[in-house]
Amino acid sequence: MEELVARLEEIAASVSRADYDAKGYHLDVTVAPDDVEKAALVLDEAGYTLEAITGVDWLGEAARKAEAEAKAAYAAAKKAAEEAGEEPPEMEPVDTSGLKDEMEIVYDYTSYSHLFRVMVRCRVDRDNPELPSIHQVFPGADWHEKETHDFFGIVFTGNPDLSPFLLPEDADYHPLRKDFSA
Amino acid sequence: MSELALSPNQETFVLNLGPQHPATHGVLRVKLVMDGEYIVSAEPVLGYIHRMHEKMGENRTWAQFMPNTGRLDYLGALSYNHGYVKAVERAAGIEVPERAEYIRVITVELNRIASHLLWFGAFVLDLGGFTPLLYAFDDREMILDLLESVTGARLTFCYFRFGGVYNDIDDDFVTGTREFIKRLRKRLPDYHNLVTKNIIMIKRLKDVGVISAEMCRKYGATGPVARGSGIDYDVRRSEPYSVYPEFDFDIPVYHEGDSMARYMVRMDEIEQSMRIVEQALDRLPDGPVKAEKVPKIIKPAPGDYYSVVEAARGTFGVRLVSDGTNTPYRLKLRSPTFSNLSLFGEAARGMLLADALALMGSLDLVIPEIDR
Amino acid sequence: MNASTEVYRLIAFLVGLIAFAALNAAYLVWLERKVCGHIQRRIGPKEVGPYGLLQPIADGIKLMTKQVMLPPQVDPVLFRIAPALVLIPAVMSFVVIPFSENLVAREINVGLLMVFAFASVNVLGLLVGGWGSANKYAVISAARCVSQNVAYEIPMLITVITMVMITGTMNLNEIVMQQPDITRWYVFRFTASPLAPVAFIIFFICSLAETNRAPFDLGEAESELIAGFHTEYSGMGFGLFFMGEYANIVIGTSLATILFLGGWQSPVPFIPGGWWWFLAKVYFLIFCVMWIRWTYPRTTLWGLLNLSWKILIPISLLNLLLTGGMLKLMPLAGGAG
Repeated sequence: MEELVARLEEIAASVSRADYDAKGYHLDVTVAPDDVEKAALVLDEAGYTLEAITGVDWLGEAARKAEAEAKAAYAAAKKAAEEAGEEPPEMEPVDTSGLKDEMEIVYDYTSYSHLFRVMVRCRVDRDNPELPSIHQVFPGADWHEKETHDFFGIVFTGNPDLSPFLLPEDADYHPLRKDFSA
Repeated sequence: MSELALSPNQETFVLNLGPQHPATHGVLRVKLVMDGEYIVSAEPVLGYIHRMHEKMGENRTWAQFMPNTGRLDYLGALSYNHGYVKAVERAAGIEVPERAEYIRVITVELNRIASHLLWFGAFVLDLGGFTPLLYAFDDREMILDLLESVTGARLTFCYFRFGGVYNDIDDDFVTGTREFIKRLRKRLPDYHNLVTKNIIMIKRLKDVGVISAEMCRKYGATGPVARGSGIDYDVRRSEPYSVYPEFDFDIPVYHEGDSMARYMVRMDEIEQSMRIVEQALDRLPDGPVKAEKVPKIIKPAPGDYYSVVEAARGTFGVRLVSDGTNTPYRLKLRSPTFSNLSLFGEAARGMLLADALALMGSLDLVIPEIDR
Repeated sequence: MNASTEVYRLIAFLVGLIAFAALNAAYLVWLERKVCGHIQRRIGPKEVGPYGLLQPIADGIKLMTKQVMLPPQVDPVLFRIAPALVLIPAVMSFVVIPFSENLVAREINVGLLMVFAFASVNVLGLLVGGWGSANKYAVISAARCVSQNVAYEIPMLITVITMVMITGTMNLNEIVMQQPDITRWYVFRFTASPLAPVAFIIFFICSLAETNRAPFDLGEAESELIAGFHTEYSGMGFGLFFMGEYANIVIGTSLATILFLGGWQSPVPFIPGGWWWFLAKVYFLIFCVMWIRWTYPRTTLWGLLNLSWKILIPISLLNLLLTGGMLKLMPLAGGAG
């Protein structure tokens, strides 16, 4: 277990322990998109199995974050100004146009032999969601990647066939994107 | 007939098994490339009853999604109820009274028996034996009557609530369940004598459709499929939840990996589920069946949560992403047969058509649950 | 008997036999449904008429009024000819079957040979139907039927040759005459062939396989091949296949009765023989056929062929040799009796 964590730490951007009882997984690993295959290889060697792959669309999250930060900064400035007895400054509009939205891809790994759930996640640019496929490591990932491509439009380079899998064969939409409406 | 089959230079032809075919038990289509009766390659084609439950989940409140969970796997719906309420209870930090947990275990295990019984009948039907199906239905009917009396539904259950169950069980249910177990105990040996020990059954299942443990791992197979390949993995034991740790039961594991092993695993699981139900009935505690302090509107703290249960067909997982509002931000349903079926293409290569159908039957597919 | 009465007699018998084959098929379906119903703890058809007895009539009317669909791309000639190719030989075989001493349409000396000659045409009908349907399932089914029928005709014919060696005749009525009571039925005639019951079982298994009945119904394995060779047939096209199948079952069990169970002869001397004995024996065997169908799962094609080539053919050859030796060492009195 410790060896696995150490090996994952070599690849990952961050590895943190999670509270299993509250969250349902033990290890929260964030990797760069290009490293998902390396992480899969490490887990494969450790005898883990891939339970599922899925995505999360974080549309507007960056803007929300920036706005929240600006608000917090403004509140602090306002408070400071009030304390100093000065006229509180006007709140400047937050410019969110340059912010890039992201999508998250989540891999759930588990082991048959002991209870240790590893969640590997990575974020890709929402406008150009692309990351390598891991179906060479786990052939079972093939279908999960197809499904994720269907729902989110995330391209897994190296996956043999990303034509609509669960959706109708002429589907050109990705229903789980937050800006999709039927 | 296609040109391919008629052309003398091409010895293979494409056979579309489904989407309407007696052996696929639903609307699954398998694209087979055949060389005579041998399968060159098999490619399942999914999505014929895809309903996008995950999108529906994002558009309704946490509680409103409950009925959807009963419509994934219509043969073992209570496990899916359980998987979902367990995930939300974990996210929202809701405690469940003990009696409710006992009732959950009793009903889920009864549902598992019903599911396995129906599978048993349908599987023998796939092999050309019609009669066991009706006997299995006969037994299953009693379970459905019992479950109907407490849940109000026979198939698409929506019985569990966050922090408990909808309805308390009564004495009729308890005595009825005991009677049913007594009856099934008497009939199971008959099934084994008539079906399991039948020479034709043995010839058709032994060493047919062998799936190795390594293959199970690579494809993420769980449930009876993995246990038939020698993998001792059952969420009820390895990741204990609810009140399962309090019961004494075995996890049947067979090492052959063939269709017979998967058959035996399920038949033994019926026996084990009966043991669990009996113990739960014996120790059924008094008390409320619903937690009292469950808020009307649930707003789990932002973050992601994961939770799994052992459904009749394997590991059912629910991944929730909450943004702190009264609807899920993302709701991922990890269905067991999706992964179990994904290995079919590799396992069926080079098999005879009839054997491949035995293999497919032994995977115990429920298509709505694959397509979601 | 002059020539013209002989013609009338033959026509009367033919009409009777066709009616018998059709009614028999209809009521065997009813029987099959009742039998399987009771085996499966159900009651079977009961709504149309008392005990559902009019159900076959209703089914027959339904089949006859249904349109016979001709799917695009089928071979129109082969597709139409196939059901007739299945039914006509089966009805023709009835001509030589002795229902009782006198109740036989045309008694000929090579009756047994004629039955087998016509029975072999049956498989041609299945092949033509499967091929003409232009349906992959039907083609697979037709290929299965042919290999299955070829494989099972061999042990069946070897067994029949053994029986002809014992009886010394191919006249079916004479064969029946040689078995006046139960001790002299050929199934128990150990003095002629020590493996006589085995020969009977081989013959019975082969006739199951020849008529594509469970557990050898690979041609119409519904969980694999939808409905096999008759997948594309509707209305009476399907109905003829169905009648042909049941007529073949009757032929197969009739032959088993005649060769091994004393035909229309009574098992005990003090009860007279007659057609009722013949029908009772035949229907008992048919009941066994149904019983087997609703009890056993289906074999695979490989298992089926292995059973024939590796088990049934060697045993039937052994039986042939043993019988030949026995006949040489202790010839039966009168060549037959």
